Amino acid sequence: MSKKTLFDKVWDSHVVSSIENGPQILYIDRHLIHEVTSPQAFNELENRGIPIFRPNQIVATADHNTPTLNQDQPIKDTLSRKQLEQLSENCKKNNITLYELGHKYNGIVHVMAPELGITQPGITMVCGDSHTSTHGAFGAIAFGIGTSQVAQVFASQCLLLKKPKSLRVIVNGKLKKGVLPKDVILYIISKLGTNSGTGYFCEYAGSVFENMSMEGRMTVCNMSIEMGARGGMIAPDETTFEYIKEREFAPKGEDFEKQLAYWKTLPSDEGAVFDKEYTFEAGDIEPMVTYGTNPGMGIKITESIPLEDNASFQKSLKYMDFKAGERLIDKPINYVFIGSCTNSRIEDFRVAANYIKGKQKAENVTAWLVPGSKQVEAQIIAEGLKDIFDEAGFELRQPGCSACLAMNDDKIPQGEYCVSTSNRNFEGRQGQGSRTILASPLVAAATAVEGKIIDITKHLN
Amino acid sequence: MEKFTTLKSTTIPLNIENVDTDQIIPARFLKATDKKGFGDNVFRDWRYNKDGSVNTGFVLNDSRFSGSILVAGNNFGCGSSREHAAWAIVGYGFKVVVSSFFADIFKGNALNNGLLPVQVSEQFLSDLFNEIASNPQTLVEVNLEDQVISVEGKDLSEKFEIDAYKKTCLINGYDDIDYLINNKELIEAFEAQKTY
Repeated sequence: MSKKTLFDKVWDSHVVSSIENGPQILYIDRHLIHEVTSPQAFNELENRGIPIFRPNQIVATADHNTPTLNQDQPIKDTLSRKQLEQLSENCKKNNITLYELGHKYNGIVHVMAPELGITQPGITMVCGDSHTSTHGAFGAIAFGIGTSQVAQVFASQCLLLKKPKSLRVIVNGKLKKGVLPKDVILYIISKLGTNSGTGYFCEYAGSVFENMSMEGRMTVCNMSIEMGARGGMIAPDETTFEYIKEREFAPKGEDFEKQLAYWKTLPSDEGAVFDKEYTFEAGDIEPMVTYGTNPGMGIKITESIPLEDNASFQKSLKYMDFKAGERLIDKPINYVFIGSCTNSRIEDFRVAANYIKGKQKAENVTAWLVPGSKQVEAQIIAEGLKDIFDEAGFELRQPGCSACLAMNDDKIPQGEYCVSTSNRNFEGRQGQGSRTILASPLVAAATAVEGKIIDITKHLN
Repeated sequence: MEKFTTLKSTTIPLNIENVDTDQIIPARFLKATDKKGFGDNVFRDWRYNKDGSVNTGFVLNDSRFSGSILVAGNNFGCGSSREHAAWAIVGYGFKVVVSSFFADIFKGNALNNGLLPVQVSEQFLSDLFNEIASNPQTLVEVNLEDQVISVEGKDLSEKFEIDAYKKTCLINGYDDIDYLINNKELIEAFEAQKTY
């Protein structure tokens, strides 16, 4: 039998049929939806008189366009309110489970689904959001789709797709102190560039990922799309199974055992061939920051911005008001955001709290801590982390996508830098004219305490 | 979906690499629940200055350039899955985007909206930018049937790739929903005998 990759195994078992010289019909097990990319898909089906084919395989949440303050009160912005009302109405009409604002399971779609046990190894999962790649951390095929495709899944629980090529990124060795999963993925993207993964599904392998928590693996897979890969995957193992067990929608008892036996067959076969492969050493990775306007423009926090002579690079530095050759250490920073589907899980807040404990936020800094879900929020409070944040002058807000894409009121002002744990540093991403520096929760916390970027490696006990 | 066969038009050159979907349509314009009106806000923060005045330095505001073909730098459409980006480009009046590389999700979204992404070689793109710069009235023809893009009156043309199924869809104005619904029986049979 031919050797198969993890990706091959999951993909091949979901192919309904293949069109000659064309795409395949791929079956989708779980469909996650949110308020921003679903309304036009619901309209499309309604206009064409097509019913939703499998409503019980869809789960909805409100996250992109929700306020992170006073969630119990009516939303002031009319358009935002209408968009959320539309989601509630669409879900009600079509018998779709919805965790709306205020619900105990509400949260960012890519935080909510894993913590409820909806995300499982070996399944196919889609959502009208490019960071759906997050769920690949469980050994699932998970990827972002456009609204036309949301409508296709509504209508048929399937998509027409060409099988992507396979890519493997291997990182072996031991990570240095203060180097977090976010640094690992920012490092990989800085080495490979923003389009190296386009047309590929990426498997992350090696001891670094094997030793990572599920939260860390999600951070890594989350940013696969930032190097162009539609999805990222990590082989399911004991860490995965332990995480899923006993979660709300995880299989229970005998069912769990049966699934477990299947999940254990999923890792790539020894000797399976990938179309492209890259290998890195854990010891070469250090805390990272970005200096430009795409996630590939990253450097080690102690490094200088490279010298490059091309128009797009110059345009990017001009927007950021940085100069080639300069370092970011000691740059004053007035905004810090810890949140987003990349870094808003409990582990991220533990890292931040651990650093912040006994220190004070710098006076010049506005620091927003935005949990990924109601459950994470509850955990922050239960573990006493909120007290640490409060005492240090940080503001813990309510769950949502928040300042990652600034659709709501959480906008970074014109011209200001924000050290952010989110995933994109595009021009204006966090508000018109805002300047984003991507980093780990540890670097973000340290920046908030110091009011400037510091060499975190010198500040660790 | 509107049918696409051939198109001859002048072009608008956007010689910038890694144009992301946040530039094509910023997130603050994603609150609509229908597909209308996004064209008004395409490249919003490049077309307008911070004070709301028109940025005359941006190519969409340069009266020398017009047409329904957008010619853009490498890795066009990276970032978010928002189909609003494709709706905005179509809404503005573009029918073709030419680049040396397209991000995956954007490419799919474009094809699902009758917007043809034409992927050309770096060399062809560079030559095309030069032609347009020296003569903004340069006419470019895109022939989907033959899969050829050519510059009128010049010895400059190239064949481009497109998935055979997607080509048929564009030429006939079909979309994927029609195809999938016609295969419901196959899908139900698959569900009944899933092996995982």
